[in-house]
Amino acid sequence: MAMMEKAEIMDQDQMRRSLIRIAHEIVEKNGGLDEVVLVGVQRRGVPMAQRLQKYLAEIENREVPVGELDITLYRDDLTLKADQPIVGRTDILFDIAGKKVILVDDVLYTGRTVRAALDALIDLGRPQNIQVVVMIDRGHRELPIRADYVGKNVPTSSKEVVHVKLTEVDGVDQVVIAEHD
Amino acid sequence: MALKGRDLLSLREMSQEDMEAVLSTARSLKEILSRPIKKVPTLRGKVVCTLFYEASTRTRTSFELAAKYMSADTVSISPSGSSVQKGETLSDTARNLEAMGTDVVIMRHPVSGSCHFLAKVLDVPVINAGDGMHEHPTQGLLDIFTILEYKSKIRGLKVAILGDVFHSRVARSNIWGLTKMGADVAVAGPPTLIPPLVERLGVKVYNRVEDAIDGADVVYSLRLQLERQSKSLFPSKREYHDVFGLTRERLALAKDDALIMHPGPMNRGVEISTDVADSPRSVILDQVTGGVAVRMAILYLILGGRE
Repeated sequence: MAMMEKAEIMDQDQMRRSLIRIAHEIVEKNGGLDEVVLVGVQRRGVPMAQRLQKYLAEIENREVPVGELDITLYRDDLTLKADQPIVGRTDILFDIAGKKVILVDDVLYTGRTVRAALDALIDLGRPQNIQVVVMIDRGHRELPIRADYVGKNVPTSSKEVVHVKLTEVDGVDQVVIAEHD
Repeated sequence: MALKGRDLLSLREMSQEDMEAVLSTARSLKEILSRPIKKVPTLRGKVVCTLFYEASTRTRTSFELAAKYMSADTVSISPSGSSVQKGETLSDTARNLEAMGTDVVIMRHPVSGSCHFLAKVLDVPVINAGDGMHEHPTQGLLDIFTILEYKSKIRGLKVAILGDVFHSRVARSNIWGLTKMGADVAVAGPPTLIPPLVERLGVKVYNRVEDAIDGADVVYSLRLQLERQSKSLFPSKREYHDVFGLTRERLALAKDDALIMHPGPMNRGVEISTDVADSPRSVILDQVTGGVAVRMAILYLILGGRE
């Protein structure tokens, strides 16, 4: 499927400022970082969570643990796909019972990924609460799901695709909108 | 992933790419076994049928648990207590199960080639859990998976497969799988238990186990298959142990960090001495754990999606 990049919505500085602002919001909303843990949704949520960990440490001088969650096994569309998607690592080395779990993902769209992540997390333990960080909220929710912390709201059409590019994965920090040809 | 909807019948026919897909998926799925709730919803509503015409503790339970951990439903058929006792053919038995909505049939059967036959008869995928003396591909995969948990790669590794190679489908699958991935495989055992011309599979052949164990990275002990042998192929179990058994003294010839493996069930004191089986370098129980992860991966890759 050919894709044409239409526009850059965020550059590296804008992304950095948004994440720093989100880190401050996390501290404010939770009254500090007690019991707070970060869980990045594979794939790009993981480096985002690691960056948040760094910013949180700079603000509160405290290291928040980061886990990695792969939600492939909880997807609701597996029987519809042509080939089985590759299952990535789930690596949550701490107990999430009683914790305030901050789920981190790049884009919030239909909400199905977050739904799958909620099911995956609850199978791993009983958190105190689950909050959601996304870099981009692009609308078009198909489930009653919302984000607590948003980098940027971007109205899109369903023909468009939003790519959050991160240096750790894509070699560059950039958010672009693309369209299927 | 090329495995979707396809049969898994032998490692001889399986591409290295497909093997790697199973191994890497198994790596990601293994942590489910250590969760407090050992369940993911991925294969919910799928039906996995095990059709075992031969006895099994490990393989059948391993497949059943793999299916259950992935939320699939399982059904287990064995000859005793089923219409096989009334003379129903393999083909009829399997087609009846398929007609009830089974999504995959996992079969173990005493006749070599039976799984290939069944795969032609059925529309649903067939997984070979051991056909006669021919192959046991999921065992080969889990053995390779276990080796890779301890060694960085298979290529160049010296693997010694000891014992009753003649009757062993485990040996054959391991030979195909390991040589395909570049290992240096040697087999050793009494001449009565080594198939003629086995060197054509790309393995070194020895009649003294010490020669194969010398410098090995992996020492794989095969079960002496007393139930398969119709004539005496060795004088006695005691003599077999004295001359060919994997004892501490013989093991010392291998590398210091060599792995000790066995497909199970073990004849302790025959092909493997008890202290070796329970020693720290034995990864026999890791093989069993890895087996569930590998079978979860296989079910995931085969049962996904529609054509």
